[in-house]
Amino acid sequence: MDKEPSIEKETQEVIKEHPELKELQIVLPGEFLDEKKGRKVGRGAFFEGEKVFAKFLGVPRINEYEVNVLPLSGIYLPNIGDKIVGIISSTEVSGWFVDLNSPYSAYLPLAEGVDEFVDTQRTDISRFFDVDNLIFCTVSKVTKNKTVQVSMRDYGCRKLLGGIIIKVTPQKIPRIIGKEGSMIKLIKLKTACDIITGQNGVVWLRGENKAKAIEAILTIEKESHTVGLTEKIEKLLGE
Amino acid sequence: MGHKSEEKLIIDGKRLDGRALNELREIDMKVGVVSRATGSALVRFGNSVAIAAVYGPRELFPRFLQQSEAGILRVRYNMAPFSVDDRKSPGPDRRSVEISKVIRSALEEVIFLEEFPKATIDVFVEILQADGSTRVTAINAASLALASAGIPMRDLVSACSIGKVDGQLVVDLNGKEDNFGETDMALALQGSRKNVTLLQMDGVLTNEEFEKLLNLAKENCIKIYELQKKVLKENYKRF
Amino acid sequence: MEEKYALELILKGKRIDGRKFDEFRKIEINKGIIKNAEGSAGVKIGDTEVIAGVKMNIGEPYADTPDEGILIVNSEFTPLASPDFESGPPQEDAVELSRVVDRGIRESHAIDMEKLVFVAGEKVWINFIDIHMINHQGNLLDAAALAAVAAILNTKIPKMEGENILRGEYEKELPISHVPITITVGKVGDSFIVDPNLQEEKILDSKLSIAIREDNTICALQKQGVKGLKFEDITQMIRIAREKAKELRELVQSGD
Repeated sequence: MDKEPSIEKETQEVIKEHPELKELQIVLPGEFLDEKKGRKVGRGAFFEGEKVFAKFLGVPRINEYEVNVLPLSGIYLPNIGDKIVGIISSTEVSGWFVDLNSPYSAYLPLAEGVDEFVDTQRTDISRFFDVDNLIFCTVSKVTKNKTVQVSMRDYGCRKLLGGIIIKVTPQKIPRIIGKEGSMIKLIKLKTACDIITGQNGVVWLRGENKAKAIEAILTIEKESHTVGLTEKIEKLLGE
Repeated sequence: MGHKSEEKLIIDGKRLDGRALNELREIDMKVGVVSRATGSALVRFGNSVAIAAVYGPRELFPRFLQQSEAGILRVRYNMAPFSVDDRKSPGPDRRSVEISKVIRSALEEVIFLEEFPKATIDVFVEILQADGSTRVTAINAASLALASAGIPMRDLVSACSIGKVDGQLVVDLNGKEDNFGETDMALALQGSRKNVTLLQMDGVLTNEEFEKLLNLAKENCIKIYELQKKVLKENYKRF
Repeated sequence: MEEKYALELILKGKRIDGRKFDEFRKIEINKGIIKNAEGSAGVKIGDTEVIAGVKMNIGEPYADTPDEGILIVNSEFTPLASPDFESGPPQEDAVELSRVVDRGIRESHAIDMEKLVFVAGEKVWINFIDIHMINHQGNLLDAAALAAVAAILNTKIPKMEGENILRGEYEKELPISHVPITITVGKVGDSFIVDPNLQEEKILDSKLSIAIREDNTICALQKQGVKGLKFEDITQMIRIAREKAKELRELVQSGD
């Protein structure tokens, strides 16, 4: 990890001149962030009395509304409302178990997956969804003990046909999507691929130029916390 | 411990490897060394080298081990057969079982296990080279690996060894000092809260010597904590 | 549940069996109870019961200590002692207890190992101390350590006839240089308690086991439990252990 000492010094100077950049630096678990001052403490932080500390290795988000940290890495923990790409792992009598790329798997009840009336005595429901099928769905329920249920009712939910999936760190998905979807739109445009990003870190791609799209996505995953990434990706896709 | 040695281990205030009494060995710390793991780290103190990999949180099998209120932490400390002078047979022995247990106790409190009911966080530490103080080297590596895995934690844990060699109180015992010295002690500290989470000692110490060693340990654990923070921040530098 | 009640009481300054925080349960030490052993002792702390037996054999010394006898300390979490103990390879609690008791005896130099040599580098006495748990009602560690010490105080070296050991006939007592006592101090909230019983063990925040010699030196330390300890706690707990060690040492040395 050799670097010229002058770069470190320059960085410190830049931070001195632009104190707002300090918040772009990394914080560590247990590091003091700020006093609570009546604000919300996000999922990435915890408080003791008036003092708020970081829970994760990540980027601090401190503003007038909340004190929080966005983790740099980790696994997917389901939350109600998440839009995810799931893999059917087993077919039951009146529903399916879904792999969420999480320590917790979810259940998709028949009524939440299929609109028509189904006589479960006569029908083998694997004709709707079979093992290894991919679905884009919503997390509809998460109990305290992490029993999870998903639903296909929301607009846009459907079985995904063809294509392949890659798994990335879930915390990087927002960066892959970009501000107002700018990054993912760019990738879709330049590679002419259909791409769906699940908040659970599973990304579905379909199209001729998948390889280029995957390279772009994995580069973002690796370097998501660096400044100047957008230009790098534009260059990569432009070739 | 306690075997008699022919040679003196400290001559004119300097140890055989040239160190002063209160001097740590050369330390190397790297994160992200095992790409398949959720998080990983390599830590070297002189010739003692430990690699730690964290997997999880992930589903825990067999089911009866699952706890509905919180996740569990599992630690496996293991010495590679080639890590020591006389080849060590592979597999756990009583010493590794005990060390795995105390390392787990040293790390458990800082992890927000209540956020992962029914899941497990698995920490594997392999000692690749053993030259004294392997358990504290293991803890330092595990702590870094947990942070880089994005595990939510209240603090980082830092550890060091201290002891009595040739009647003098020293820090960071190497293999010879460990085997032929009068006393060796291991201590792990939560870096910012300063709670002691591992304390083991064997040898003979007066109360006064013991209190002095506690202070030496605190001082050096803090030094190691600063190093761990530096490594994590540098590895995830944004610009 | 009983553990919850025990915790409530301690936070109010009381213990479930009415003891003071620094009070041990009733201790009974019976030496020489196993006829075929060279030394033995049964120890009861309250209803917790363990038996330690010492057997001596002859063998080669370790290569790096040619002029010392050998000490091997082993603890068995016999399945009959508790519904939680299983047959088979020892679980981590058993391994830990075994090793901590071993260190208490070994590091304190309780037995004068240099006096157990026939021919340096070739022939020495091997001391096996085996501790069997008989009933687990909490604080097995202190009971096991106490039984081990009582057993070695009770041990006599067998007579030899040529190359053979004459079991049952004794030459002299095992040479003892120090008497280490192990005391486990538990922390609950801001309070410290000694000799935690079965229910109390389950609600401790953490515990510190300390082996102390008669000259007040510390020869082994083991922290257990999930919660951290402040440095001041450690100092306090050692002070408490030192006082109780004196009491237990008097008990174990009397009635020889």
